[in-house]
Amino acid sequence: MIELVIAERCTACNACVAVCPTNVFDAVAAGPPVIARQADCQTCFMCELYCRADALYVAPDCERPTPSDPAAIVASGLLGQYRRDSGWDEWAERYPNEQWLMETVFRRAAEAAKAPPSL
Amino acid sequence: MATTPNREAPPDTFERDADVLVIGGGMAGAWAAAAAAAEGAAVVLVDKGYCGTSGVTAAAGPGHWWAPPDPPQARETAIRNRQAIAFGLGDPAWMYAVLDQTWRTLPTLGQHYRFPIDDRGQVNYRAVRGPEYMRALRALIEERGVTVLDHSPALELLARPDGTIGGAQGLQRQQANRPWRVRAGAVVLAAGGTSFLSHLLGARTNTGDGYLMAAEAGAELSGMEFTAAYTIAPERSTMTRTMSYAFATYYDADGREIDAPFGPDQTERIARALLAGPVTCSLHRLPADIQARLPTISPNVMLPFDRWGIDPYRQRFAVTLHTDGTIRGIGGVKVADRDCATTVPGLFVAGDNASRELVAGASSGGGNVNSAWALSSGTWAGRGAVAFARRAGGSATARLKPLGRAGLHPVASQGPVDVAALRAAVRSEMQPYDKNLFRSGDRLIRSRQALDAAWRLIADHAGGHDTNPLAARETAALIATARWSVTAALARDESRGMHRREDRPGLNPALGRRLLVSGFDDVWIRPDEALPGPGLHARELVA
Ligand SMILES: Cc1cc2nc3c(=O)[nH]c(=O)nc-3n(C[C@H](O)[C@H](O)[C@H](O)COP(=O)(O)OP(=O)(O)OC[C@H]3O[C@@H](n4cnc5c(N)ncnc54)[C@H](O)[C@@H]3O)c2cc1C
Ligand code: SF4
Ligand code: SF4
Repeated sequence: MIELVIAERCTACNACVAVCPTNVFDAVAAGPPVIARQADCQTCFMCELYCRADALYVAPDCERPTPSDPAAIVASGLLGQYRRDSGWDEWAERYPNEQWLMETVFRRAAEAAKAPPSL
Repeated sequence: MATTPNREAPPDTFERDADVLVIGGGMAGAWAAAAAAAEGAAVVLVDKGYCGTSGVTAAAGPGHWWAPPDPPQARETAIRNRQAIAFGLGDPAWMYAVLDQTWRTLPTLGQHYRFPIDDRGQVNYRAVRGPEYMRALRALIEERGVTVLDHSPALELLARPDGTIGGAQGLQRQQANRPWRVRAGAVVLAAGGTSFLSHLLGARTNTGDGYLMAAEAGAELSGMEFTAAYTIAPERSTMTRTMSYAFATYYDADGREIDAPFGPDQTERIARALLAGPVTCSLHRLPADIQARLPTISPNVMLPFDRWGIDPYRQRFAVTLHTDGTIRGIGGVKVADRDCATTVPGLFVAGDNASRELVAGASSGGGNVNSAWALSSGTWAGRGAVAFARRAGGSATARLKPLGRAGLHPVASQGPVDVAALRAAVRSEMQPYDKNLFRSGDRLIRSRQALDAAWRLIADHAGGHDTNPLAARETAALIATARWSVTAALARDESRGMHRREDRPGLNPALGRRLLVSGFDDVWIRPDEALPGPGLHARELVA
């Protein structure tokens, strides 16, 4: 579930308010949006992709909130990881899209499953 | 007739006229809008969430069913392999048409999606990343002039006096639930399937609303018994992306390895183990070169592990199975003709909102057929809707009758309805492995009774001004869809494809028919008169 809007990083662009599929955020006049309906969060991480400021933190637990300390999360280096690995925005030239390898992986798995057990 | 009820729109309603209204902005809806706009039509697309991030494509990475036109054996082989697991319910001519349409249409996104080059230097079209794909589709439809209304769920269809569908209405949830109303020459339903509120990645806005709206207009559903697909995920996570699990090793509570090799019955074996106790997983067999590239193959898969501080290649982690419902199951509104029209004039259907039996048969269409179907059926429905709208001509002035019932207009006394409890009731019939994956007649009857009771509450009492109309409507759709699924599973008293009846383990040749289900207070079921088999003429395949 979405846990944090890191106020010092947020530029109040409200992209997260617009793109969250389940309408979790509310815009606030001249300030960071608030997490208004945390229980509606579907833990899809899409808001993180669209936050150019890397100001959002979604915890992986989809069933209950995970108390999260903003300072620790900022220090962890996890913010922006999804955007970077996706080659999104400013990362476009540096991180390739290798989704196509998925087919190769499944093929290798099928071959490995058929192969006689090796020691 | 002057006595026809016609609730006029309140004064602050957002109103718009269009040739085509598309309901749902996932892959199927966006392709429908793109195709309709390419014909020069005025198109409005509404989504419950945001077109670009909503729906089950957006957070995933769909691999499309894909076979080049030459050598011709490539498509023949793809179709033969699919027919082998369709168990008599697939249709090779439709399969061919889907392969062909996907092949032609997917590359047209190239202006907005950078298709990558593979290790052999070839452009790879078939496997796309969900977020980038949906962002590109949104750019494409905006470029073609489609009006996109985000956070604007449709609540009900609107019918003209002659019964044809002429629009829909709903609310704009980011504008204090202001109503919207779109009058259109024709409507494409592309509101997705439903996972019955399991934690399947990206599925929260998929509550079966499109099935409910179609059925209220008089359409029937097909293939609803094939809802027994389940997907592995780390416990308490939504990450139902399965690629890495092709190499997984599973363990029971005592740490003993479970015999569940990669293959068609792996899910069943894990489900049996989960019924006996907790199951853990290790990905240590994932080859090192794939481990190294996993973040750029599927960038979200490592997010839960990294945030939990788990090394899945060295540590075991608890897993669960989430139900896919009709998302990687195949049920949905029956497709009546080549344009993806329904049996209701003016109403078209695409993607998971439609039955995929034509191309998937009795087995899950996830893993490649569903995406190809969403693209193709979207394209056909979009074009078909434009053609219908042009034939219907200037009927936009007709008075329109709203068709919505359950969750909007209580049959009996309006009263407080515990929507959260009703949702939990749906989940508790549709999620447990021993009810929905391993089925039996007596358990299905008990599920049906529980769902009937839930239906009575929502149909009789929900609606009116003091309820959240979207929540009530979603709940009605969830219950209706679950009842159709369970009823069809009862009627199919055999085991075929992904539908497994423990009390009827064999295939019954007499049931080699598609089953149609519909109805509300009384749910009814009948075999489809159209026999499975070639539904298209060869000449129609050359578009
Ligand atoms: C994790 C995962 C991985 C998958 N991988 C593959 C794969 O590799 N290959 C493959 O073929 N298939 C795959 N599938 C299945 C495939 O993604 C779906 O079949 C496909 O996305 C269906 O597209 P759709 O547009 O019909 O539905 P969706 O993408 O779900 O879109 C439906 C849209 O309708 C909207 N909506 C719902 N109700 C309303 C309403 N009342 N009013 C307005 N809008 C509404 C929703 O918000 C949503 O945007 C996968 C599915 C999942 C969950
Ligand atoms: S998207 Fe990021 S920067 Fe923009 S308002 Fe949301 S949190 Fe702030
Ligand atoms: S994770 Fe998804 S549902 Fe949750 S706040 Fe972000 S965008 Fe919204």
